[in-house]
Amino acid sequence: MPKMNLSHFEASVLFGLVISVVLGVVTKKTDKERLNYGLYCFGCFIATIFGLGWVMWLGHR
Amino acid sequence: MAQEKQISESEGLPPINVWAPVILLGWLIPGGGHFFLNKRGRGAILAVSITLTFVLGLLMRGAMFQPQTGDLLTILIYYGGYVGDLASGVLYFLASWMGYSQVDVAGHVHDYGTKFLVGAGLLNILAIVDAFEIACGKKN
Repeated sequence: MPKMNLSHFEASVLFGLVISVVLGVVTKKTDKERLNYGLYCFGCFIATIFGLGWVMWLGHR
Repeated sequence: MAQEKQISESEGLPPINVWAPVILLGWLIPGGGHFFLNKRGRGAILAVSITLTFVLGLLMRGAMFQPQTGDLLTILIYYGGYVGDLASGVLYFLASWMGYSQVDVAGHVHDYGTKFLVGAGLLNILAIVDAFEIACGKKN
C-alpha cells in the first residue's frame, strides 16, 4: 500500500473538508441549508487553521 | 415530573424493529442506515466522506487503538480511540483482518492518520444518529 505524505496544512484542510460535508448533511433540513452550513463549517476550519498557524508562528519568534 | 417526562419520551419512540436495523446497518456500512431509509443521496455523500476519511487514515499509516489500562488518561485515550475505530464498522473489521493495522510510530503524518481513522468512526456515529432520527420520524 502506498504511503501518503501530507503537510500539516494539507491534512488539516482535508480533515476540515470531510467533517464539514458530514456536518452539513446531518444537521440541517433542506439542501440549501446543508450547503450553506457545510460551507460555513469549512470556512470556520480554514479560519482556525490560519489563525492557529499565525499564533504558533508568533509564539516561536 | 421527571419520571412522567421520561415515560412520555420513551412512548414517543417507535418499536425497536423500526430503528434497530437502521442503527445496525448504519454502523456496519457507513451511510447504510440512510440507504435503508431510501435517503440515497445523503447516504452516498456520507458513505463517500466516511470511507474517504478512513482510507486517507490508512494511507497515512495511522495506528489503530487497542484497549489499554493504566492511568485515567491512558484509559480514556485508548478506550475512546478503540470505540472511535470500532464505530467505522466493516471498514475497521476489514482493515484489521487484512493486516492494515499499524503500530503507533512517531511522525506528524502517522499522527494525522490515526486521527483520520478515529474521525471516520466519529463521523459514522453522527450519521447513525441522523439515520435514527429519520427512522423515528423526528427528521425527514
